[in-house]
Amino acid sequence: MGSDRPKKYEKLIINNKRLDGRTLDELRPVKIEVGVIPSADGSAYIEIGNTKVLAAVHGPKEMFPKHQMNENRAVLNVRYAMLPFSTTERVRPGPSRRSNEISKVTRHALESVIFLEEFPRLAINLTLDIIQADAGTRATAITAGAVALAHAGIPMKSLVAATAVGKIDGKLALDLNGPEDNFGETDMPIAMTSTDKNITLLQMDGDFTKEEFKKALGIVKNSIEPLFEAQRKALQDYYK
Amino acid sequence: MTNIKIIPKKDKKEEIKKETVDNSTDKENKTKDIDTGKKANKIVLPGDELIKSIDYIAGHGTYREGNKIYSKLSGILKNRDHVISVIPLAGKYVPKARDFIIGEVSYITFSNWKVDFGYPSEATLPMLGVPEYIENGVDLTKYYKRGDLIFAAISSVTKGMIIQLTMKDKKARKLYSGKVIFISSPKVPRVIGKEGTMISMIKNKTGCIINVGQNGWIWIKGDNEALATKAIKMVEQYSHKSGLTNMISDFLDKELKKVGPPEKKGEQR
Repeated sequence: MGSDRPKKYEKLIINNKRLDGRTLDELRPVKIEVGVIPSADGSAYIEIGNTKVLAAVHGPKEMFPKHQMNENRAVLNVRYAMLPFSTTERVRPGPSRRSNEISKVTRHALESVIFLEEFPRLAINLTLDIIQADAGTRATAITAGAVALAHAGIPMKSLVAATAVGKIDGKLALDLNGPEDNFGETDMPIAMTSTDKNITLLQMDGDFTKEEFKKALGIVKNSIEPLFEAQRKALQDYYK
Repeated sequence: MTNIKIIPKKDKKEEIKKETVDNSTDKENKTKDIDTGKKANKIVLPGDELIKSIDYIAGHGTYREGNKIYSKLSGILKNRDHVISVIPLAGKYVPKARDFIIGEVSYITFSNWKVDFGYPSEATLPMLGVPEYIENGVDLTKYYKRGDLIFAAISSVTKGMIIQLTMKDKKARKLYSGKVIFISSPKVPRVIGKEGTMISMIKNKTGCIINVGQNGWIWIKGDNEALATKAIKMVEQYSHKSGLTNMISDFLDKELKKVGPPEKKGEQR
């Protein structure tokens, strides 16, 4: 792995600082905007570092196709898509194995906080479009999706924010960026609720030892608060 | 006949409160910490902890977990009579029994009317829901045609969201001419105002007849339709701000100066 690295990325950590100047347990700068799509019931635009995501909520509305309708609760439909221009190489539009998987895990991450039983027979459609990808797209999409759902007035137990923790050059680091994700060893996206810090998504790509895993969870729990604050601030500012 | 009757009644509660205030100023100060206050509208977001106490009831827009009450919506925090609730700032209308709605008859079956009122599934107005006695086999278009607007009450909503309407109510009626505007339904309480202050003020100043459906459809008829529409849209836009009634009142006064006061007409339908 290390041998394929370009010279620029030979060392990802220099003097306990990462290449973009962050410390190991620092998040990338966050910017969230609410209500960017007037035609949607709820929407949010988020920038975490160079990752940019647009989230839109339509609904609750009629469920289609009808055979998937649930008599007792609403159905959350999540569509995650990387736009063709989001990476250096063109992404083929349309569903793929990867985008289907991420749509599914994102749905599970958000479904658990929504009071779906308040809207029987209906559907809530959440669209997550990755405008620019620079690692951590699913985590960023979940953070944006939660804000868009809150903006749409959908009852939720709490907000959800997500970030990734990974291993680069043998050290644990929070919120990996593009090169760190590409040339690092491990990447573990985690989504948490704002009230109790319950985990609603946890995936892992790569290896962690048991100790490293516990430590990684601890890092996320301690450092995820700025994301919730950014979400709250964006929503509060919108209503001011 | 205006259909939303607003009886400005003098609050007995307030009078009692005023009396008690003099006796127990200390107690007032203590409760003020929890009180959201009249002027400052506190905006809460989903997952915000509202209070940690079992002496309060979790009202609309909130949920209880253990001894804490959390918000489940983004909205304005209200605390009245030990019931904590959140008035939402956005969201879709969820039909409730005994709500009044404005809807459009969308099609007619042999025994009932289907009414579209902006909810994903249509409501049903059965033959029995009409004050007149209808004999079997009579053409139902005699009563309500396709495209007719009605101001109706919801008689029942089942768990599976089968909605039944009724016209057997004093307020319920068919709406002739006029126009309908749409606002988001969480803003409807603001348009009506406390005990109807806002809507009666708009009615009086513009001289329009206005019917407000809980689903966010508002029917307006009168010479100053455009001005009334503007005022209602303003209420919707600034719904989270305090002192809104005065603001709208000033706005209407300013606009009416340009046009002149509305002609007073007799009660009309």
